[in-house]
Amino acid sequence: MGTEAVQVEDVSKRFRLYHEKYTSLKERVIHAGRIPYEDLWALRDVSFDVHEGETVGILGRNGSGKSTLLKCICGVLQPTAGQVVVRGKLAGLLELGAGFQQELSGRENIYLNGSMLGLSKREVDRMFDDIVEFAELGQFIDNQVKFYSSGMYVRLGFAVAVNVDPDVLVIDEVLAVGDERFQRKCMERVKQFQREGRTILFVSHAPDLVRSLCDRAVVLADGEMVGMGTPGEAVRLFRERLLEAGDMLGAREAEVALDVSSEEAPALAEVGGGGGTEPPSGPAVSVLAGAPALPADPRVGGPIEEAASPGRALVSESRPVRLIEVSCVLPPGTARHYLLPGEPLTIRAVFESSRPVEGVVFQLDIRSDEGLGLFSTDSDVLGVRCDVQAGIGAFEFRLASVPLLDGAYDVNVGVQTQRGLSDWKEPACRFEVMNPGRATGTVAIPVDAGLVTAQVVAARAEGSVAS
Amino acid sequence: MLEGAGSIATRPKTTRVVSAHTSVLARLQEIWRSRELLLYLVRTEIKVKYKNSFLGLLWSMVSPSLTLAVYAMVFGVFLHNGMPEFVIYLFSGLLLWNFFSTGILTSTGVIVNNAGLVKKVSFPREILALAAVGSAGVFFFFQACVMVLFLVVLQWAPAWSLLYLVVVALIPTLVLACALGILLAAVNVYMRDTQHLVTVLVGSAWFWACPIVYTYQTVGPRLAQHGLAWLYFLNPMTVLVMTFQRTLYGRLTVRNTQPPHGVLPVLPHWPLSTYVWGDGIVLAFGLLLFYVAMVVFGRLAGNFAEEL
Repeated sequence: MGTEAVQVEDVSKRFRLYHEKYTSLKERVIHAGRIPYEDLWALRDVSFDVHEGETVGILGRNGSGKSTLLKCICGVLQPTAGQVVVRGKLAGLLELGAGFQQELSGRENIYLNGSMLGLSKREVDRMFDDIVEFAELGQFIDNQVKFYSSGMYVRLGFAVAVNVDPDVLVIDEVLAVGDERFQRKCMERVKQFQREGRTILFVSHAPDLVRSLCDRAVVLADGEMVGMGTPGEAVRLFRERLLEAGDMLGAREAEVALDVSSEEAPALAEVGGGGGTEPPSGPAVSVLAGAPALPADPRVGGPIEEAASPGRALVSESRPVRLIEVSCVLPPGTARHYLLPGEPLTIRAVFESSRPVEGVVFQLDIRSDEGLGLFSTDSDVLGVRCDVQAGIGAFEFRLASVPLLDGAYDVNVGVQTQRGLSDWKEPACRFEVMNPGRATGTVAIPVDAGLVTAQVVAARAEGSVAS
Repeated sequence: MLEGAGSIATRPKTTRVVSAHTSVLARLQEIWRSRELLLYLVRTEIKVKYKNSFLGLLWSMVSPSLTLAVYAMVFGVFLHNGMPEFVIYLFSGLLLWNFFSTGILTSTGVIVNNAGLVKKVSFPREILALAAVGSAGVFFFFQACVMVLFLVVLQWAPAWSLLYLVVVALIPTLVLACALGILLAAVNVYMRDTQHLVTVLVGSAWFWACPIVYTYQTVGPRLAQHGLAWLYFLNPMTVLVMTFQRTLYGRLTVRNTQPPHGVLPVLPHWPLSTYVWGDGIVLAFGLLLFYVAMVVFGRLAGNFAEEL
């Protein structure tokens, strides 16, 4: 240890955004010296070190500068200021596919890429069969790369990158493409690299992947480094940033009452994304985009205002009990606005009744962000009889433990009287769980693991037969 | 596995620094380290150029031969310039010129044409331009073979004792082509007009500014009368082309094949040192230009991946 494989030192990258792009001489001459432009800092003073043999993730939403950073590390782009020091051979896969010369065949491109990484022809000869086998290209290896399908392209790129024996491997979201089997194969190879002590830099906006692969992670937002730490910590930071961005989006939306543009929609979907791995599907996006799902208050547990409330004056005879406010109350003394797995949570529903009602049933429904039902109960099932008086009251569901992993969860609350549903709020409130550990999934199951010797297995088998 | 871990941690590694301020010297060192890539790219360049064409590499000989035939026909036969074995004279100048112009023309577009590589892989980008000049060098070699064939068939003896001058002229040409190639390749990324401009300028204007189709003696003395001969030598290719002609055509004056069969001056009666000095000055200029080209390229290269 102690040696750094990659040192990123105060790296900044500025792009000039020209309002008009003048690439012809005539236009350049006409507009000489007064081409309007804006400076865009894609990266600002980013510094971190990657130790040898470490796997570091770079988390950030679209446009946060993570791809630019990777390009600077790979040397494809030069930083405007600062420098990157890389020790050892670096193989990179930038934005879905390696650099290939379209006119050449797959075979020739393997040699070309190899020599770009500083390998001699003989060295490439030695790894050639491995590459072709890994890429599963078969007889297509002699076809021109321009005729390859995108899957073949990516497979070949990945195969070259992992087979050229790099010291540092840089991967930019490439694992998201290719079929599942190939993805697994890639992951397997990445893990093998980790065992072999190679350094891996890994960019993703899938927190789950970062959590399961990386030793540490860097979080980027708007070109600035928000922090670096353990995957759990980084994912939490990343989520917080996403929520902030989401709030701003929500506020803007309310102000100008504009539709969420197609670019922003995936970002919004990620805000609540339990895993973030799934592509934002149409309906999920529209639901999120349509409703101002996020409260203006940055506190996650806050109530959600009913935008178009029918008004309290309309409380009719058939719906005597109305929900005024539902909130997720975190355990007392918690400064955070998210839960850790297994922490208790209270869901408090404040209601107003127009008259005394007997046998009111309060319903609770907790759903994952994808709408999967996780837990449902009601006061009747719980054996709590509620006779409410006229006026304002409150009802609490006190959950002793919320054994959930990362994600934002929706809470729906309903009130039922003997004459039917009196009120229903969906979503009534949201809470978030941040997992400091490294497990992924939805449910936090307490686990203990260890190697078992053969004797113990045999003994246990006997024991089970005996009993 | 553990064995592998040990070897990866301890094996020797080179350190690479990515920064906007890399010195020209450091970049030259990096180019030198990537010389194997350069050779591979030369091969690639040639392969891509003639991919899917039936005659393939033969084209590199067919097209200059055709040019040669046309000029020889027009000037030697129709216009009766009276030079014995005009083809040899023409070819000796054209040989060098083709190397130079092909090198510049191909390297100008080379960064744009290899966008797929430039955007994804890190390597000294100058190498692409150098490889383009290198591939022109390969074509030069093929054409030189054809030249030898011409000399043998037409039984024309070059100035054997001066054959070393071929190398003396070739080196400045190489440096000049590399310098301009690197410069234009970088500029072309930001101004795509460069490609067309270069095609026009190099292909016609610069070509006719060199004594290739005509002889120096038809222009030089007349300019000298007005004291303007230096103007002609501002074109660095002039003296290089003349050096080639001095060696390969090997005659300062020839007997006019046209009646009344007078003496036809071809090249000035310079001492050999003048050729060597002239080439040397061009070399110095070429090296200076090369340095400038490297500096400009270094400034522009940082954003290639974004501009493409």
